Amino acid sequence: MAEHIVQLEKVNKYFGDNHVIQDLYLNIEQGEFLTLLGPSGCGKTTILRMIAGFEEATNGMIKVEGERVEDKEPFERNVNTVFQSYALFPHMTVYDNIAYGLTVAKVPKDEIKERVKEMLELVQLMGFEGRKPDMMSGGQKQRVAIARALINRPKVLLLDEPLGALDLQLRKQMQIELKRLQQKLNITFVYVTHDQEEAMTMSDRIAVLQKGVIEQLDTPDEIYKHPASKFVANFIGESNLFDGVVESVDGNTVCAKLVDGGRMKLDAEGFSAGDAITACVRPEVMGYSLEPVEGFDIKATVKNVIFIGSQYKMYAFLDNGQEIKINRTKQDSNVREGDTIWLHWENDDAYGIKESV
Amino acid sequence: MKDRVGRIERKKRSFNLKMTIFSLIVFAFIYLPIIVMIVFSFNDQKRNYYWKGFTFKWYEKLFTDSDLIQYLWISLAIAVLATIISVIIGTIGAFGLVRFEFKIKKLINGALYIPVVIPEVVLGIALLMLYETANMPLGMAAIVMAHVTFCIPFVVIIMRGRLAGMDQSIEEASMDLGANRLTTFMRVTLPMLVPGILSSCFMSFTLSIDDVIISNFVAGPKSTTLPVKILSLVKVGLSPEVNALATVMIAVLILGLLLNSLTQAILKKRAENNVKSYF
Amino acid sequence: MEDTIKTKRMSWGRRNAPAIATAGPVSFWMIVFVLLPMIYVVVISFMSRNVYGGIDFTFTLANYKEMMEPLYLKVIWKSFKLAVLTTVICLLLGYPLAYYIAGKPSATAAKLIMLVMIPYWTNSLVRLYSYNLLGATNGPINNFLLKIGAIEAPLDLLYSDGIVIVGLLTAMLPFSVLPLYTSIEKLDKSLLEASKDLGANAFTTFRKVTIPLTMPGIVGCILLVFIPSLGMYYVPEALGGGKVMLIGSLIRNQFLVTKNWPFGASLAILMILMTLIMMWIYTRVASLDDLEEVF
Repeated sequence: MAEHIVQLEKVNKYFGDNHVIQDLYLNIEQGEFLTLLGPSGCGKTTILRMIAGFEEATNGMIKVEGERVEDKEPFERNVNTVFQSYALFPHMTVYDNIAYGLTVAKVPKDEIKERVKEMLELVQLMGFEGRKPDMMSGGQKQRVAIARALINRPKVLLLDEPLGALDLQLRKQMQIELKRLQQKLNITFVYVTHDQEEAMTMSDRIAVLQKGVIEQLDTPDEIYKHPASKFVANFIGESNLFDGVVESVDGNTVCAKLVDGGRMKLDAEGFSAGDAITACVRPEVMGYSLEPVEGFDIKATVKNVIFIGSQYKMYAFLDNGQEIKINRTKQDSNVREGDTIWLHWENDDAYGIKESV
Repeated sequence: MKDRVGRIERKKRSFNLKMTIFSLIVFAFIYLPIIVMIVFSFNDQKRNYYWKGFTFKWYEKLFTDSDLIQYLWISLAIAVLATIISVIIGTIGAFGLVRFEFKIKKLINGALYIPVVIPEVVLGIALLMLYETANMPLGMAAIVMAHVTFCIPFVVIIMRGRLAGMDQSIEEASMDLGANRLTTFMRVTLPMLVPGILSSCFMSFTLSIDDVIISNFVAGPKSTTLPVKILSLVKVGLSPEVNALATVMIAVLILGLLLNSLTQAILKKRAENNVKSYF
Repeated sequence: MEDTIKTKRMSWGRRNAPAIATAGPVSFWMIVFVLLPMIYVVVISFMSRNVYGGIDFTFTLANYKEMMEPLYLKVIWKSFKLAVLTTVICLLLGYPLAYYIAGKPSATAAKLIMLVMIPYWTNSLVRLYSYNLLGATNGPINNFLLKIGAIEAPLDLLYSDGIVIVGLLTAMLPFSVLPLYTSIEKLDKSLLEASKDLGANAFTTFRKVTIPLTMPGIVGCILLVFIPSLGMYYVPEALGGGKVMLIGSLIRNQFLVTKNWPFGASLAILMILMTLIMMWIYTRVASLDDLEEVF
């Protein structure tokens, strides 16, 4: 079995009666960029804090580098954290902040100087040594926090929504920088965020969490194309979901009746007649026409079309009130508000979700 | 419409004027005894009863031969000791009470309110009874312990507020970087608490140095603090020398406060201008 | 949930050492110097005094019955009256002052609060004694009144209830301004404006909006003024020539003069009860955290 750098096995965490982490299994590989993604309250930060040692698991096993760490204090664990609030020491200069990990480890002064310099170069903050944190911008503070966490040369770096407080543009820039940094240093990053775009941009693998359970753990590509649940489909990117019951299976192609009337078909594996199926169709591959298409019977009414620069977003409604999102790069002059359209898609553009999580 | 606005404006102004005058009167009331106290420190009379004439001699006597000074030294020594002990116990204690959960936490939090709200005389007799029952001699040590008892709650209250307002992840960051709890407390928590510690010191010192009632109970016959001594003198009439001493004390305190705010301002300015390089 | 994996735990000692090391000393101190003595006061109040001035450890209610004697009831009633008057005047003087200070920009307000507190840092006895000098038969007030012919013979300004109230005010006023200021300062000024816009005149706004919103400050002021006023025996001693007695003076005498601990303890219990009642009232309108903000 391959060596996992961090391993969580059957971990449970209760806050009082609140079961925030439920039977969690998670193996993190050496050198990967793993993101814990989920809405607030899903337990992602709690997982990070349990690995760092700030929070105790109610039961279960946590291993770092193959060794159990549950009974170890944070300062005895070879992982380091970048906090959402930066958590810089306000009474220390940038130099002293970054040097802190080495200072408390009583590393010789010359070596500290050398390594702090190295770190400052790494995060491009040369010349800021003498500044106090309150005289720096959010982005600069974040770099200091990263340098400070990296100077101990941890095997694993834990990042708790580190870009949450930055504005959009800076955030995008820092995302790329962080990814580059991680590849350059080849250390494991465990990254917590609620921003799916951020997760998609940086991660090797994403664990999508909901209510203390990992709904799906896979590469961004897989998660986007083959969401394991309706929750994942909705949380990662936009999607149109159609609930139905399988009527017939013909090779790869499944024909299904929609729960609220109508019919559809798609390519899906592992279904047989009578199964519940949810078709997930991304807005960019959602097809429509003014006449019904063979195999499909889904009628919608166009609400409006919005131009957002890169594309046109069309909103339509099914008879049951469900909103349908359709993205196009070009405007379709044939369709206006109030028009009736018939939805369809290529068989392999839809993905069939079995709701069994 | 314009007229109405004008009327409201006038009404507002007259209200503000009335408030200012009222506040000035209250301030006058607060300061009247102090002004009288200062004036009568220059009174040329052995015991202060009425104004006889101007003299500096009480100040001279104060600094050359005065038995009051020895009481002042006792009071100062007690205040310094009580401040040091209560600020250490109170600061560390506040940290423990904020950061950890334990069984008797509620009880201790409740007990901390007692010295704050209960009349001093009640705490005074309670401590007197404790000392006598435990066969502890009254005197200096007894006074210091009594003062520590009523200073600790104020220190804890001040420090608890500061700790609660502190981002806990800063301490976590320190531990995360390899500093154990003690190192974290000394290198991160304490430096960040310095302003709170200073206010705690100030609070404890002023509470201790001016305490009459509790000291009166636990001082015993031999050692006496300045306020307790003054209480015994007050019945026969205070000498202007006492006024002179109180005047000097308040002058020193005000000077200290001014110096403090001045250095704060200078330090702040310097920090703003000071961006020095390490390499 | 069956077959959970048991998490490795630190030993009890390692786990609890930080809490014990930090909260231990303060807990020890509070138990030994506050809680135990307080319990002892309660116990002693039900004991009786033996002929040597010691304590006879047999249960009795005699001390509480003694309190009901007219002589003591008179003292208790009077000190209650003085404390109430002091508190009311403190509110009447302190509230407008606190309101005035709260209306200033924060830097000015901080300086004004400092100005309120400075007198408190002066020796309170010497400060009180000033009133003896002012009000003496040949002191400045009488001299002035005689000179302008308002009176024919010097007034006896000292040794009265009035001067004791003035003394208590001098000692307590800073403590009434602080909680009032903290709660008025927190007021959302736009709320008051809104009420005015709705047509309420200034007084109605004050009564219906300002007063209820600053209730924590008002009750805090009462708590910090009324209770201590009952016990400040040195005020009448410095000003009233010891003629006026407070409950505090009674208690002091039982311990330092007549050595009747049990009776003194029962008087202390009376004060503790009053304090508890005040605290209870306080927690009805505010939380104890509000009180902490004062310091």
